[in-house]
Amino acid sequence: MELVIALALGVLTASGLYLLLRPTTFSVVLGLTLLSYAVNVLIFLGGRLGAKSPPLAVPGADTPADPLPQALVLTAIVIGFGMTAYLVALALKAKGECDTDHVDAGDAR
Amino acid sequence: MSHLPILPILVPFIAAAVLLLTHRRSTATKRAISLTSIVALLIVAAMLLITANDGTIHVYRLGNWPAPFGIVLMLDRLSALMVAVTAILGLAVLSSAMSGTDRQGRHFHAFLQLELAGLNGAFLTGDLFNLFVFFEILLLASYALLVHGGGLARTRAGLGYVILNLAGSALFLVSLGLVYGTLGTLNMADLSLVLTKLSAADQPLVRTALALMVAVFVLKAALLPLGFWLPGVYTSATLPVSVLFVIMTKVGIYALLRLSTIGLATAPFTAGLLQPWLPWLAVGTIALGSLGALAARRFAIVVANLVMISSGTLLLAVADGSPPALAAALYYMTHSTLVTAALFLMGDLIARQRGALADRLETGPRIATFMGLGAVYLVLAVAVSGAPPLSGFLAKLMVMQSLAHTPTAVAAWAALLISGLVVALVLARAASVIFWEPEKSDAAGPAPSPSIPMGIRTALVLMLAGAPLLAVVASPIASYARAAAEQLTAPARYVEAVIGPATRIERERRP
Repeated sequence: MELVIALALGVLTASGLYLLLRPTTFSVVLGLTLLSYAVNVLIFLGGRLGAKSPPLAVPGADTPADPLPQALVLTAIVIGFGMTAYLVALALKAKGECDTDHVDAGDAR
Repeated sequence: MSHLPILPILVPFIAAAVLLLTHRRSTATKRAISLTSIVALLIVAAMLLITANDGTIHVYRLGNWPAPFGIVLMLDRLSALMVAVTAILGLAVLSSAMSGTDRQGRHFHAFLQLELAGLNGAFLTGDLFNLFVFFEILLLASYALLVHGGGLARTRAGLGYVILNLAGSALFLVSLGLVYGTLGTLNMADLSLVLTKLSAADQPLVRTALALMVAVFVLKAALLPLGFWLPGVYTSATLPVSVLFVIMTKVGIYALLRLSTIGLATAPFTAGLLQPWLPWLAVGTIALGSLGALAARRFAIVVANLVMISSGTLLLAVADGSPPALAAALYYMTHSTLVTAALFLMGDLIARQRGALADRLETGPRIATFMGLGAVYLVLAVAVSGAPPLSGFLAKLMVMQSLAHTPTAVAAWAALLISGLVVALVLARAASVIFWEPEKSDAAGPAPSPSIPMGIRTALVLMLAGAPLLAVVASPIASYARAAAEQLTAPARYVEAVIGPATRIERERRP
């Protein structure tokens, strides 16, 4: 299980980084999205994998799941969502102003 | 328990909410709300300075949760100083925006207040994840402020800035996830406790996580290989925004300072994390800033490169980490924030009087308010290049003295002295072009207006007063900075204030 998730994280991060380095804003946005997926899963894993740990601390039950990474990842998801929305709006504005979504559009050089 | 430490965050937040509700009202109403908030912030900052100066570290527990489980706000001398500098800069930004820039977009004042809330939060928090959240608040506000006024150049600069910072945020989250996964805490005081007891197997991973966090902070501080974004972003923003952005690099330096004194310095396996690479990169940043200033063809780009030089100087002192170096860094930070902000204002005033030439360093029409502006320029140039008798000289002297014993002392001294010479040269050359070589024929287009808007004048006077004032009252400020540095280099007291000696936290290591 750990190996599968670690590999998935690696693939997500690598594809995210590749897309981040592409010259069009659309692929950059996609790359950042993939990267933030990978990051969110990584934070979530800070609480360890466990399919059977109970969500609440009940006397007599097993060690409960760590609630903090869930709260952290929720915050990170919300912030990442807002930032991506802003980036998309900005990218559309840039595209509207120079008719292409190349990152160097309108460059004087 | 006094609620004072949370006020610097609450006041601008409430003002921002009110400003969003009243966004259809006239600009005058919005200015009044914004001004009220910043004046309140100034009063709160003064009270914080007085409260923090008694030497105790004040802990504000949000929701009264006990320390490592809840979020804490920490008030010590350093955070009080940073909040005060932010409030003063906020007043300058607001008064220069009142000259008409704030009319170019509906939400300028709301974003300004959100930015101030984010800055103050980042300076006060004692929790790493909370630091991330406040970083995002101030970044989101800065994204919006950067494109304020519109135009293709700003959109493009904004796009690069947003993408770079989103990547930085992802790196920050990776680091936080690893820190929580291995240490089981994000509270800075608790972090320093856990670091000292960490098993050898976990040490490499924690070291990597903290190194990633350092990378995020030096990205914000514009250290050499990560700092190329700075000149483009600072020079494409509208004037009040570029004045506000002067403090943005300082947030990164502040966060690094906190992390290194409370986290890194406490455990042997992380103590050397900043050495020996940081001083050399800081020297490189100073060199790059000097070269950039020499090559600049616009006055604003000269000033943006001065921001890089000041970042490099501060990082030299932070990398050293000894109490005298940190004290010097705090004095230098106050000085350089005020003076570079004033230079951005100066560049705008010059641009206003030169018509289409704007602030390009070419001969143009004669400056109408030659004497006044020239005198102000002279004061600022003396202060920023580090010549006596103004604050720049004292600040640079303190930094150089504190670095005398370090292995990189020769490089650091050379970088600081040569960069001072280069800055003086660049500013003198710019002055001779702008002030002394007027062109008789009016080739620059329509006659520019010689009047200086009231708001910008107020802001400039406010910032300008900083340089001589910091030199005149150097002794109390330097002793405050020394006391703050001593507080910083005694992390045990910080930990005791947050966790308390009696509390014992039972931890079981998760598999």
